[in-house]
Amino acid sequence: MSSEQFVQYLISGLTQGSIYALVGLGFTIIYAVTRIINFAQGEFVMLGGMLSFVLANSVGIPLVPALILSVLIAAAVGAIMYVLAIRPARRASVVSLIIITIGAAIFIRGIAGQIWGKDYVRPPYFTGEEPISFLGANIHPQALWIIGTTLVATIAVHLFLSYTMVGKALKACAINPSAASLVGINTRTMGLIAFVLAAITGAIGGVVMAPLTITSYGVGIMVALKGFVAASIGGFRSPIAAVIGGILLGIIEAFAVAINWGPFTSDYKDAIALIVLLLILLIRSGKLAEEERTG
Amino acid sequence: MRNYLKYAVVLVLVAALLALGGISCSEEEVIKEGDTYKIGALFSVSGPYSPLGEPEKQTMEMMEARINEAGGINGHLLNIIVYDDESDTTKADILATRLIEQDKVLAIVGPTASGTSMSAVLVADDKHVPLVACAASEPIVNDEEGNEREWTFMTPQSSNQAARAIFGYLQEELNISKVAILTDKAGFGVLGVAALEAEAPKYGITIVAKQTFDNVNDKDMTPQLNIIENASPAAEAIICWGTSPGPAIITKNWHDKQMGIPLIQSHGSLSNTYLQLSGDAANGVMLPSGKFWVANQLTDDDPQKAVLLDYIADFEALYGQGKANTYGGHAYDALSMVTMALGEMENGLTISEARTDIRDYIQNITGFVGTGGTFNMSPENHHGLTDDALVMVQVVDGKWTWLE
Repeated sequence: MSSEQFVQYLISGLTQGSIYALVGLGFTIIYAVTRIINFAQGEFVMLGGMLSFVLANSVGIPLVPALILSVLIAAAVGAIMYVLAIRPARRASVVSLIIITIGAAIFIRGIAGQIWGKDYVRPPYFTGEEPISFLGANIHPQALWIIGTTLVATIAVHLFLSYTMVGKALKACAINPSAASLVGINTRTMGLIAFVLAAITGAIGGVVMAPLTITSYGVGIMVALKGFVAASIGGFRSPIAAVIGGILLGIIEAFAVAINWGPFTSDYKDAIALIVLLLILLIRSGKLAEEERTG
Repeated sequence: MRNYLKYAVVLVLVAALLALGGISCSEEEVIKEGDTYKIGALFSVSGPYSPLGEPEKQTMEMMEARINEAGGINGHLLNIIVYDDESDTTKADILATRLIEQDKVLAIVGPTASGTSMSAVLVADDKHVPLVACAASEPIVNDEEGNEREWTFMTPQSSNQAARAIFGYLQEELNISKVAILTDKAGFGVLGVAALEAEAPKYGITIVAKQTFDNVNDKDMTPQLNIIENASPAAEAIICWGTSPGPAIITKNWHDKQMGIPLIQSHGSLSNTYLQLSGDAANGVMLPSGKFWVANQLTDDDPQKAVLLDYIADFEALYGQGKANTYGGHAYDALSMVTMALGEMENGLTISEARTDIRDYIQNITGFVGTGGTFNMSPENHHGLTDDALVMVQVVDGKWTWLE
């Protein structure tokens, strides 16, 4: 492997990993605040990408407003999903709520497929398609956008959670919902904010990734799976760990293919995420059980 | 007493259902004068293969309308029942069965892709229904022992023919003897690997690296390209075998890496969708193609020229400028063969006799000039095209250009 190729694998891994990171971040935020695993997380990514295509290409809005509008619409979808599907069922068991999110995911995907068709589409690149020379390798400019945006989004979320009242209230809910409501935090509102925040991070990922990876109504499923693995690396509690987990997963996938020996070939690229998931679950099952008993 | 009543009701319902099932028309129903001819069409109108399946479906609608406006075939109106298999092999199996058993079609046109076609081919073979596929793999017409299947045909140029066209060009024009291949893990790609491996030695070409990609889920094939770059001996060209959207992503990755060796796509990427998704990166890519994309450049004495130009003009008048592609042409060829068979069919046959009649007619078609080439079928050859149906084209400035 030449140094040029090493950089390429690294960038490839970072790019893919950034998407997993953003999705994992969304999973973690919602789980921490509401104890729900939101399987519609991948659909927010899909919505971000598809909306950016529809608004920029079909409706003809200039690029930057189209991107912002896509994220806002996806956030609205997240809010509506919470208000209509999650909040009314808040007394149901966690498993029921998870199933509700699966239903919401299928619903969103179905509507998207009906309205926009099932073809693959490519929104416009942010800054063109000429490769940039970076540490000796040729990198697509959109890849740099993906990595950069993920970094900024992660820092923004971290600052929000740590230094704003709302953020701290979210954290309080995550630590102990009963105690949080005792001190006057409205847990239902916190749930809504968690869903909206997760929708925003997912949609940002979708918007920035779609020009490079080409998108369609059905991309949410696989994205959600990989993001789930990322979140599980962070134990579903720590947003930063989820982001690191996602990036690690992306890098592992890229380099595993580079080994090109035995099971580590391009044939089994998708299986790698699942193997990582199995390992995480095995390692963490002991720790999670302990946390549940004490937490 | 109430328990017995419940059981009795259930028994009556079950009996009624069985009776109704028996009453529905069987294959022995006779086709009378004036009856509508029902033909089935199974295409991937949605899903990854939709750039191929959508124009195929539109071609069906165009031809059905034209035939019916002219009064049908010998006074029989044509009803083409189109189902969308959503690029899914399981759905292809289910829908092919539905067309045959519920809709009682006389023949099936399609499916679009190799994977979905193999599903439908097994159904058609089993139920003795003629099927003219719009997919391009030899196993559609040959079984494992190399015998010609009895009920299935195909209209696109086969993967083996495409491989020969590519290798012939590489050997004669570019003097290349070492290639790397990057293929879709499913369906068309798997059959492509078999075709490439079978044909390469005949042209003195060695395959020095083999990589695969997941057409639906793989969003970045740079790792695979890196491995190809490291191959020893070095690859002088990359041949990619897939439909959509994978090959477009690969094209961008190849362009970004500026690999310095040519990229050749298969005849599964001959759509304008491939050009849109790849953008400028597609310039320089070479592909084996039927004469569709170079119809304007054909000489007037090439019989395909008139057929192609008419088809393109008719299609684009209905569906818009630039919307016609070679895949719709394969569907046109397939349905044409079926309607030719229907044109010669007598009244008074049962459905199963009609199906046999259509199959017999198609397998004896000779000299039929379609959009894909001149077809000469026989019981031993359910494909009917020769290698000269394919030419090499290159994407130049976003347009398909003949590499003569």
